[in-house]
Amino acid sequence: MLPPFSSGPNALILTPEEWEIVRLTLLVAARAVLFGLPLAVIAAWVLARLRFPGRTLLNVLVHLPLVLPPVVIGWLLLLVFGLRGPVGALLHAWFGIRLVFTAEGASLACAVMTFPVMVRAIRLSLEAIDPGLEIAARGLGAGRLDRFLTITLPLAAPGILAGGVMGFVTCLGEFGAVITFAANIPGETQTLPLAIYAALQTPGGEGRAASLSLISLALALTGLFLADWPARRLNRMLGR
Amino acid sequence: MIFSVTVKHRFPAAALDVAFDVPSRGITALFGPSGAGKSSILGAAAGSWRPDACRITIDNDVFADTAAGIWLPPEHRRAGLVFQDARLFPHLSVAANLRYGLRRAPSTGGLDAIRFDDVVSLLNIGSLLSRRPHALSGGERQRVAIGRALLSQPRVLLMDEPLASLDEALKAEILPYLAALGAVAGRPVLYVTHALDEVTRLADHLVLIEAGQILAAGPLSAVVERADLPLARRDDAAALLEGTVAGHDTARELTRIAAGGACFWVPLVEAAIGAPARLRIPAREVILAGRAPEAISVHNIVPGTVRDIVRDEHRRTVIVTVALGHGTLLARVTPDAVSRLGLAAGVSVLALVKSAAIEVIR
Repeated sequence: MLPPFSSGPNALILTPEEWEIVRLTLLVAARAVLFGLPLAVIAAWVLARLRFPGRTLLNVLVHLPLVLPPVVIGWLLLLVFGLRGPVGALLHAWFGIRLVFTAEGASLACAVMTFPVMVRAIRLSLEAIDPGLEIAARGLGAGRLDRFLTITLPLAAPGILAGGVMGFVTCLGEFGAVITFAANIPGETQTLPLAIYAALQTPGGEGRAASLSLISLALALTGLFLADWPARRLNRMLGR
Repeated sequence: MIFSVTVKHRFPAAALDVAFDVPSRGITALFGPSGAGKSSILGAAAGSWRPDACRITIDNDVFADTAAGIWLPPEHRRAGLVFQDARLFPHLSVAANLRYGLRRAPSTGGLDAIRFDDVVSLLNIGSLLSRRPHALSGGERQRVAIGRALLSQPRVLLMDEPLASLDEALKAEILPYLAALGAVAGRPVLYVTHALDEVTRLADHLVLIEAGQILAAGPLSAVVERADLPLARRDDAAALLEGTVAGHDTARELTRIAAGGACFWVPLVEAAIGAPARLRIPAREVILAGRAPEAISVHNIVPGTVRDIVRDEHRRTVIVTVALGHGTLLARVTPDAVSRLGLAAGVSVLALVKSAAIEVIR
C-alpha cells in the first residue's frame, strides 16, 4: 500500500514510464502552441483585416488540416519537411535541424493540425473589436504597429487565450499526423494517444490503455479549467 | 493660427465643394442637415477619408494638398478627434485613456502645452481616473473622450456631433464643459452638428452647409440674422445678441443686459455684473410697433430701423430684420402687419420683446 499524500510520482500512481509519456506530451503540446500561436495571431489578423487577392487561398490553406485526413497532413509534412523534402533538406543542411521522427517534428505536426482551431478563435475576437477604437487610436498618434500592440492585441486577448488553450488541449490528443510524421518512438515521439494506441496493439494491454486514457482525460480537463480563470478575469477587465 | 479647409469631391449623386477657415479663437460650428457633407469634410480634415481634391492646412503646416501630392496619415496630423460615441479603450483605465494621446504627442511646437491636471479639473473628471470606461455614465465617457483629445496636444480639435447620441439631460451636463473649451483650447475647434441649439449655445463662428455647398460663413450672430438664409425661415429662427450683464434689480427680480446697442430686461439671472451673456431672441416672439404702446406688460421696447423684409411663402409670413445700434433682431410677422405699419427698408420701428421670451446663454 502507498502512503497517502506522499510526495513523488508514486502519489499519483503513475509509473516512471507513464510520467515520461505525460512529460513528453505536455512538452510537445506546449512547444506547438508556443510557435503556432504567434503565427496564428498573424494569420488571423491578416484574414480579419486585410483584403488582398490571395485571401481566399490563404483561408483555405489555414483550414485544410481541419478537413483533410490527419494522415494526409502527416504525409504532406513528410514530403515537405522530410530530409529530402524542399524545406527539410534546407533546415538540415543549414542548421542541422531534423524534424522527421523527432519530438520537435511531433510539435510541428501538432501545430499544423491545431492551427485552424487557434486561427478561428483569434479571428472571431479580432472581428468583434469595434473598428472605431483603432481609428480613435490612430487619431491620437498611434502608428500601425503601435495600434496593434496597444489596442488590437489586448482587446483580442480573450480570444488569443481561448485559441491557445483549445490548441493546447487539441495537441494533447493529436494522433494521425504525429504518428505519420514523427513515428511512434517510446521516450522520443510517443505522446499519450500514441502510447494508448501502442498499448492497444499489445496483447493484454487494455489495462495500460485504460489508465493512460484516464490520464489523458485528466490533462484535458485540467487544461480547460485552468484556462477558465484568466479568461473570466480578462473579460471582466474589458467590461464584458 | 488658422485652420483652412478646401474639399472638392464628386459623389455619384451629389457634389461636395467647400472652402472655409476655422479661426483659432472660439468654436466654429459646421452646421447643416444630414447628408449635407459635414462628416465627409471632417473625414478629410482628420485624414480618414480622401476626397478627389483637397487642401487642408494649419498656418504653414500642410495636412493634405492633393495638387502637391501631400497626404498626411491621421496619426501624423495631430487632429484631436471627438466622436459621437466616446470610443474609450475598454482595457485601459480613465487615466491611461487620457494619457494615450499625451504619451504619443511630440513637443507642442510653439503652442502652449495642454496639461493633464488642467484638463482633469476643467472637465471635472478627477474622481474617475482609476475607473474603467465601462463603469462610467454616457456623459462621463464623453467628458473623458474630450479630455483625451485635448491631451493629445492637437493642433486642431475636430468634434463630430459629440452630443448626438446623448439624451437631453446628459447634453445639458456636457454643454457647459464644451462651452468652456473654446477659450481653453487656444486652437481652432471645428464642431460638426445638425442641432441648432448646440450651435446657439457653443459656437462663435458658423459655417452653414447644405447639399455640399457653403451657404454662409462668418461670426455666428452675423450669419443667424441674415433673413435670406434658411436659418431665418426655421420655426425656431432667432436672433443672437452678444452682450454683458449691466445690472440687477433684485426687488423687481429683473436683470438688465446691454446687448446689440440696446438694453434688455430679462428675468433675474445669477451672473456677475460685466459677465458676458448671449441673448437668444426668437423671431416669433418679437412684436413690431409704429409708436410706443401704453400699459403693456412688455419690458423691452427697443427702437430700430427696418433693414430687410423677406417673404416666407411656405408659412405666409415675412421675416423682418431690424437693425439696432450694432446688432440685429429678427421678427416674424404677417404680410398684413407689414402693410398696416407701412414697413419698408429704412423705416424706424419699435421692437417689443417680452422679457420671458429672451433666453440668456452663458
